[in-house]
Amino acid sequence: MGIKESISELRQKFDADLSEVRDSESIEKLRVSYLGKKGSVTELLKGLKDLSGAEKKEFGQTINTLKREVDERITAHVERIRQEEEDRLVNSAEQYDVTLPMDTDCGSYHPITLVQRELEEIFASMGFTIEDYREVVTDYNCFEALNIPKHHPARDMQDTYYLDNGQLLKTHTSAAQNTIMKKYGAPLRAIFPGRCFRNESTDASHENTFFQMEGIMIDKDISISNLIYFMKTMLSKVFKQDVQVRLRPGFFPFVEPGFELDISCHICGGKGCSTCHGSGWIELCPCGMIHPNVLRAGGIDPDEYTGFAFGLGLTRLAMMRYGIKDIRDLNSGNLKVLSQFNHE
Amino acid sequence: MLISMNWINDFVDLSGLDLEKLIHQFTLSTAEVEDIYYMGRDIKDVVVARIVFIENHPDSKKLHLLKVDAGDKVYDCVCGAPNVREGMLVAFAREGGSVSGMEITCAKIAGYESHGMCCSEKELGISADHSGLWEITDDLPLGTQITDAYGVKDVVFEVDNKSLTNRPDLWGHYGIAREFAALTNRELKPVSRMDLTPYASLPGIDIDIRDKELCYRYTGLKVRNITKKVSPVDMRIRLFYCGMRAINLLADLTNYLMLELGQPMHAFDCAKVDSIQVQRFSAPFEFETLDGTKRRIDENTLMICSKEEPVAIAGIMGGLNSEIEDNTDSLLLESANFDAVSVRKSSTRIGLRTDASMRYEKTLDPEMTDVAIEHFMQLLTEIDPSVEIISSMTDVYVRHYDKIDITFDKKFVDRYTGIDISDEQILNTLSALGFAPTLENEVFTAHVPSWRATKDVTIKADIIEEITRVYGYDNFKITTTKAALAPVMRTAGNNDDRWTKDLLVQRYGMHEVHSYIWCDAKKYKDLNIEIEDNVRVINAMTPDHTVLRRSMVPTMITYVNENKAYANDFGVFEIARVINGLGEDGLCDEQKHLGIALYSRTKSEKDLYLGLRDIMASISKELKHRYFEFRIAEAKHNWQHPRNTAEIYLDGTYVGFITVVHPSVQSKIDKKAVIVAGELNMDTLSSMAASVIHYEEPSKFPGIDIDLSLVIGADQTYSTLSAAWQNVTPLLKNVALIDSYNGVVKSITLRFTFSSNEKTLAKNEVQSYVDTIIENLAKIGVVLR
Repeated sequence: MGIKESISELRQKFDADLSEVRDSESIEKLRVSYLGKKGSVTELLKGLKDLSGAEKKEFGQTINTLKREVDERITAHVERIRQEEEDRLVNSAEQYDVTLPMDTDCGSYHPITLVQRELEEIFASMGFTIEDYREVVTDYNCFEALNIPKHHPARDMQDTYYLDNGQLLKTHTSAAQNTIMKKYGAPLRAIFPGRCFRNESTDASHENTFFQMEGIMIDKDISISNLIYFMKTMLSKVFKQDVQVRLRPGFFPFVEPGFELDISCHICGGKGCSTCHGSGWIELCPCGMIHPNVLRAGGIDPDEYTGFAFGLGLTRLAMMRYGIKDIRDLNSGNLKVLSQFNHE
Repeated sequence: MLISMNWINDFVDLSGLDLEKLIHQFTLSTAEVEDIYYMGRDIKDVVVARIVFIENHPDSKKLHLLKVDAGDKVYDCVCGAPNVREGMLVAFAREGGSVSGMEITCAKIAGYESHGMCCSEKELGISADHSGLWEITDDLPLGTQITDAYGVKDVVFEVDNKSLTNRPDLWGHYGIAREFAALTNRELKPVSRMDLTPYASLPGIDIDIRDKELCYRYTGLKVRNITKKVSPVDMRIRLFYCGMRAINLLADLTNYLMLELGQPMHAFDCAKVDSIQVQRFSAPFEFETLDGTKRRIDENTLMICSKEEPVAIAGIMGGLNSEIEDNTDSLLLESANFDAVSVRKSSTRIGLRTDASMRYEKTLDPEMTDVAIEHFMQLLTEIDPSVEIISSMTDVYVRHYDKIDITFDKKFVDRYTGIDISDEQILNTLSALGFAPTLENEVFTAHVPSWRATKDVTIKADIIEEITRVYGYDNFKITTTKAALAPVMRTAGNNDDRWTKDLLVQRYGMHEVHSYIWCDAKKYKDLNIEIEDNVRVINAMTPDHTVLRRSMVPTMITYVNENKAYANDFGVFEIARVINGLGEDGLCDEQKHLGIALYSRTKSEKDLYLGLRDIMASISKELKHRYFEFRIAEAKHNWQHPRNTAEIYLDGTYVGFITVVHPSVQSKIDKKAVIVAGELNMDTLSSMAASVIHYEEPSKFPGIDIDLSLVIGADQTYSTLSAAWQNVTPLLKNVALIDSYNGVVKSITLRFTFSSNEKTLAKNEVQSYVDTIIENLAKIGVVLR
């Protein structure tokens, strides 16, 4: 059999062999049996060395063409088989039901924490330091340093929890003012959220343990005008809308002048509704210019510095924010209530 | 407190002004107004009329058929009142008019037409009396509109008493009128006073103030021959509108005086009270006040006595023994000033708060006592000209308040307000409020009036309030501050709290709770939790809430107990305060702690306990970037498991513990569940610095892992093994637990990883280190499996 016939026969055999191949393993065997070191095409090429110059040239080209053809067809076949295998894998895969009920078990923050964090964020952005303070305080810090005289009704037994060592549970966050003034001096911007205690019977709107957040700002030439501006700016952020504020005289021994601050009702926008008892205003927080005696007790010269202070009822804000009706729910530890506050 | 605008109008002419707006302004400048009531607004065409003829109704015992002359004509009227009488003057609501919200129309009553209605005082809203018709005793022309004849139409507003605590001057209409005068720039009229100097030569009253601490001033006057018993209609209406009940002329007049000037007065029956002694008693006794209640008087209560017998509790209430009665025709009038704190404390102790004591406890102006008597006499003699004065006005003035002058300049006002209020406005405002201000060489001087000088106004900042509140806070131009920029960082404590909460809530699905700082004795007892002695609240409302807590865990356990129906698995936590007894300074050693309790009905106790350990470890990693060390420890509390309690350390410092809750407690909660708990001292943690990251170039050379399976003693803990490989070689980079088995013997498999940054390690070199480790292990009885 001449070389020409051998080439033609080999091409026919390859056609037949290739059509038999179904998977990637056999195609690799096929590649080796044609193109490997001892493969049929390779053997043909080896046989060229016995031919004359002209034949060598003629058949050399033919065999090389055959070799390229075999190589290309094998490569194409490999790709086809890979594609088929992948399709088979994909098509046989299980489709998972993502509509099954999810695992929605998650933890929860106390609502006070949520409101407190929000306020802290606002104040921190305005350059206020956030201070923590004790819950058991001295008479000095809770009253004396705040210009509350010895016989003031606020110091009566019925309002304050007194301890057997002479200390007391702080009745307001203002108890921290003196310590914080002494710690930082002036100028000073600080807020101090904290737990407060009042010795009273509890009902849906009274708790003996509740949270306030107090703030002070002390600098040269802090004025009433600044106080109003600041409260308006801050409360607009808290209520996420432009709130109107109004001040009324209010008496607190540690501020002079002292104010009750009302905000335009965020429910009705000031038109009058059940939340604001028809007045369009909601009494929100006491504030005022820090009393010179309080600055002095805190080691700050009232002739050089002035400042303002304000007290926000964190508990009340949280109740307003979430529509909590019964204040006792907050300290109840009842997870049916508390677990609902599960995101910031 | 209720304020009548008619009454205010006696002292300041507010005609032509919108009263509602004024009252609103009062809220913004002086004190909070809670409500406005429009009295007599629904009264229309009610006139003075005379009953000229009465006939009994043929079919009714109660009803009468009246002919009523209302000036314009005689009306037929069917009336059921018991006190009808021919010739009687009544208030008659004519057909077409209205009264108490009811239109008066021609109606058929029991078969007869009625063209109007005769009114009771209650129907007119001027008293609570509905026993019969109001009989008009004043001589008024028939057909006169009732609303013209009497002050029936009025605007009354209620001021929040709390907002008046620091303003003794506002506890009477006159003080309120002064505010309105200042707000409207109108003139305040003086109080009318009878000139008593002609009586100065009469004998005085023997007034002996034996307690000069608690009585500042006592002024008295004796009068007799009081013939009138009933107060004038307008006075009775005002008293009623302001929340009081008319009683008789003398009682009404003292009340009227109090509501007008804020000065409480007391009228003793002269037949029973002669001389006055003001004193405390050395021993407690019983005293019957004029409301008929016997009260225990202790040695701290100031009393008014006559002939050494107590006749009144000073500043609070008179005694039954000296009460004025219907036949009283002479009286001793008291107008005094007592120590505010003493009156408040006595009133609290006795449990009797009166209109008088409420005023005294605000620190009233002692300058008012004689003014009040003179004004009282002016009113009394106008009503009853026959009255005779039988003593000189006797005035014992023991203690005077200091006169206060406050100086300041415009610069001070500008700085405090941040706005520009003119000199003129400052002077006007202070002048209207009675501060008699002067301005000389750019210095203002304000002379604090006596009614503001008892405690209210003492310093410059107080003057700022006076100026700004009248100026109006709504009129302020508002500006931001000029303050230097400075970075503000969160404190370590604040960050630690945040991160801990985030981790527990978000990673471990726990629930944050809030609780109380005291132990709940009942809840603890129910769960077999012992209350450990600690600082106590001395005046708790419930004896169960007395002892302050030393640990957060019992609180958390009680919350687990209350939520056991909530889910099969849950955890609660709180960061709050515990009191660790007293420090050396005698003050409470207060610490901020994290308390955690986990409850599970699906996990094993071991998994839950070690799970809590991992939670604690991740807190340590989160906050301090390194891990806690756990040491098995003895139980220190009765709710801790004696075998499964571990203490937590960071850098050798104790920071907390974890524990399996003691079976005696656990069984009280749920026998099928397991509960573990733990606590961390957040203050201690926050005082410790977080580790910083030390970056090391990763080794380019492969490391060698050697696994060793070891048999260890039954009571041997893993922590006791580590000494065997510590300090063997710096090339030992890591030891990992691959497996542990607790069967017949306790065994563990550890993987030791050796590597070097400089070279590929030789097998024999590593083997020599491993041999050393094995030798070290053998010394503590640990052998290869």
